[in-house]
Amino acid sequence: MSSARNMIALKSILHKEVHRFMRIWVQTLVPPAITISLYFVIFGELIGSRIGQMGGFDYMSFIVPGLIMMSVITNSYSNVASSFFSAKWQRNVEEMLVAPVPNWVIVAGYVGGGMCRGILVGCIVTLISLLFTEIQIHNIWVIIATVALTSATFALGGLINAIFAGSFDDISIIPTFILTPLTYLGGVFYSITLLPDFWQGVSQINPIVYMVNAFRYGFLGISDVSLIAAFSVLGGFIITLFVIAMTLITKGIGLRS
Amino acid sequence: MQNALEISGLKKVYKGGFQALKGIDLTVKQGDFFALLGPNGAGKSTTIGVITSLVNKTAGEVKVFGHDIDQELEAAKSYLGLVPQEFNFNQFESLMRILVNQAGYYGVERSVAHERAEKYLKQLDLWDKRNDAGRMLSGGMKRRLMIARALMHEPQVLILDEPTAGVDIELRRSMWEFLRELNSQGITIILTTHYLEEAEMLCRNIAIIDSGVIVENTDMKSLLAKLDVETIVLDLSVGGAEPKLADFCYRIIDDHTVEVDIKKSQRINDVFSQLTEQNINVLSLRNKSNRLEELFVSIIGSGAANENKPNGAQ
Repeated sequence: MSSARNMIALKSILHKEVHRFMRIWVQTLVPPAITISLYFVIFGELIGSRIGQMGGFDYMSFIVPGLIMMSVITNSYSNVASSFFSAKWQRNVEEMLVAPVPNWVIVAGYVGGGMCRGILVGCIVTLISLLFTEIQIHNIWVIIATVALTSATFALGGLINAIFAGSFDDISIIPTFILTPLTYLGGVFYSITLLPDFWQGVSQINPIVYMVNAFRYGFLGISDVSLIAAFSVLGGFIITLFVIAMTLITKGIGLRS
Repeated sequence: MQNALEISGLKKVYKGGFQALKGIDLTVKQGDFFALLGPNGAGKSTTIGVITSLVNKTAGEVKVFGHDIDQELEAAKSYLGLVPQEFNFNQFESLMRILVNQAGYYGVERSVAHERAEKYLKQLDLWDKRNDAGRMLSGGMKRRLMIARALMHEPQVLILDEPTAGVDIELRRSMWEFLRELNSQGITIILTTHYLEEAEMLCRNIAIIDSGVIVENTDMKSLLAKLDVETIVLDLSVGGAEPKLADFCYRIIDDHTVEVDIKKSQRINDVFSQLTEQNINVLSLRNKSNRLEELFVSIIGSGAANENKPNGAQ
């Protein structure tokens, strides 16, 4: 298809994806808002007031970027995982497979949908955080770049998960057993400099550490890792996951018999 | 006239070793109304799956209007519209969204897509349901929705895999009219169906596939001409003498019904003449079974018999 037609196809997939999560907003937008509000109340207000400062900031200010990033990660991932698997399960993914839509358009459309939900939930959580603390912005461009690249990374991850998934259970295994532990151990609630040397080294192989710290740098100007390392990790993940997703769809793994 | 579809040497072996297609060759001319028939598991849906790229082929060549699906897949796809056997639309989306999104995948602008969706929803009597979710539709409505969806990019070839399965006769007939109308506009139609009456009424050419092999590929008239014997059922006036028909093989079913086998060399007029001489009136007559059905059973039956031979050639 011509590039103009490809753009129409891309917009159609994006339109479908955004409409899907907006139609079921009670399931997609409200739960993360409630969960994060509880985090703010319990960890920020109740426990945080006893912790004192971390990285030179009060504890509530310190955890806000991490909590925003946590909701971006989980929502961009779960949006694509559930939407693409649902399309496979209902077989309406065939609507795209029989059409002259290039594979990169399918990948970009679903990833774009996941990014939209991740970023929208991130904005909602940011607004909620204003009820609990003042937000300062150190570098807006770092914030925008980090949130965009992180949501793209996890949307790609969700897509790959959905391609392989054979049941609805399969799309909850990765978030439960891999994503959640990595997020909790990714420096959302603490600075990894507080850890013993060995665990600091282990944390260096957790990609979420880089994302959370780059994002925190954008707000507070502090980070446990260098920005170059953080963006290199993000870029590396996006390229790798994109290549994997394209290969799987081109070969028709889980899609064509 | 150009070939809408050319298939040569098409093979498909599924994981586990099941050979669904054993090297089929098939050509469908542009503008044709073509029937692809076969028993369950014969390879019809696999063939359609390969043409529409939902099934990866093992070997062979498929061209749509000259575009090879290995070399120019996107060009080939743009000619095709598919109405699959299973309902495969998003059950939670409205009909209008399903259609407009589908058009978008083919690069049709949303404003144009809305106009086309309105046109086809009205033609297929679904306009009142346009804002309902797909899951709210009856079975017949879902079939019609899938036809509308397949037409949204105005394809040159419409492939229908069992489009009238589970649809009542009244609705089936209205769908036949709709398909005839599409065909008269120049759209090539490829149809698989279990209703052989449907294929006989609609299609000009026919291929019969059995166990992954094309066992018959001809035009409908030539195929029906192969039928040696037709059985007609006559309803006779009650109270007359028992009918006697010289030179015909016949069976008296009850006091007023008789079945007569008529060979190609015999004339039905002779039956009427003999009955008239006996003062027996014929109230009505009908074919005992669909003509194509008789041929189909005999072709598939002989194929199965060959397969069962110890050294059956395949």
